[in-house]
Amino acid sequence: MLPSSFEYHRPTTIDEALDLLASLGDDAKVLAGGQSLIPMMKLRFAAPAHLVDINRIEGLDAIEEVGDELHIGALVRHNQLARSDLINSKYHMIAAAAPQIADPLVRNLGTIGGSLTHCDPSGDLGAVMLAADARVTLRSKDGEREMAIADFLADTFQAAIEPNELLTAVKLTSPTGSYGGTYLKLERKIGDYATVAVATRLSMSNGTIGGAGIGLTSVGLTNIKATDAETALSGQAPSPELFAEAGRLAAAASSPVSDVRGSDAYKRHMVEVYVRRGLTLAAEMAGAA
Amino acid sequence: MEVTLTVNGTAHTVDVEPRELLVHVLREDLRLTGTHIGCDTTSCGACTVLLDGTPVKSCTMFAVQADGREVTTVEGLKQDGQLHPIQAAFKEEHGLQCGFCTPGMMLTGAALLKENASPSDEEVRWAISGNICRCTGYMNIVKAIQTAGQQMAASTTES
Repeated sequence: MLPSSFEYHRPTTIDEALDLLASLGDDAKVLAGGQSLIPMMKLRFAAPAHLVDINRIEGLDAIEEVGDELHIGALVRHNQLARSDLINSKYHMIAAAAPQIADPLVRNLGTIGGSLTHCDPSGDLGAVMLAADARVTLRSKDGEREMAIADFLADTFQAAIEPNELLTAVKLTSPTGSYGGTYLKLERKIGDYATVAVATRLSMSNGTIGGAGIGLTSVGLTNIKATDAETALSGQAPSPELFAEAGRLAAAASSPVSDVRGSDAYKRHMVEVYVRRGLTLAAEMAGAA
Repeated sequence: MEVTLTVNGTAHTVDVEPRELLVHVLREDLRLTGTHIGCDTTSCGACTVLLDGTPVKSCTMFAVQADGREVTTVEGLKQDGQLHPIQAAFKEEHGLQCGFCTPGMMLTGAALLKENASPSDEEVRWAISGNICRCTGYMNIVKAIQTAGQQMAASTTES
């Protein structure tokens, strides 16, 4: 299948890319890993007149700690996350999710920036970043701004990014003290979209839960941040009853639809189960179970 | 747009439309038809090639993106008239039936063995989980990749 014709641009610096995006406006799409965009173009769901290929821009593929934050460059590939010692040692939700994204070949090209900007409700990293309270850095010729991931993942396939902007980095606060997290994904087979997936994290503070994060995949119009469940956990001592209650609250925040992967009732139930299991695992990792 | 791809060690300069996928250029311009188009929707891995040594789906990458980079197709596995150990092992272990997925399986397998010469069953299955085979049930593919790893390790020890 051939996509519609387009003009191809290959900037080698961020400034060059931003100039192109500013002048091409709505007619341009950014090409990162291409693992969602190219299939969409082949199916003619997307037909941009211009593609701005950012793969040759240097400096967008770093995973690094800066002060008390983790910075992930927009061009970091999923397999790069999966193999990163830093990620595997400290950032449990990302470490659990990265090897479960799509399949190994797609992970060799797919990027975090592309995945988040694609804003697919079945995207795995969206749920993780919601649970992590991450922020994205958006750059244009006019400057730079940071946005909470919950605002960025605005609607189905519609991230809150302007046509002249480039997502350059994803940032999150590094966890400290006792903490744990994971990503549990129910899928029919590798490479399929999640039937349901759940990112959970907990940090402990003097025997009670200091902070919690829960993000949901494939159960709504966007990835969902289960804020009621997060609030219910905060300040409480971990217990099976508390985690069960968080599961019920997260399930109530989801709005899955019935499809070939399962009924809405089944998916809602699996949200409850996975939130409970994920929190239990996170608490064990934090040494609080 | 003119691009230069180094395919199986030989540089080729070809004039392509930006919308042409890498697999199109390999098959139609360079006549390297060992790279197959299966699902054409990023699911099956029949079109797998190595891009600078890393397995990717060539139906989900524009040829212009590969400008200046090294591509290895199944035709590039054979060296000096000798089958690559992974090709020999697929033959030996009967790692194929219809053969459609085989080029992709062998390239993904070869890339795995570069990193891990003696992968477990699970490691092989994980590595090839982006390549679909509808004939074999995977048993002999897994065996073939492991056999190739053993043979490569043995020949490294000898030399």
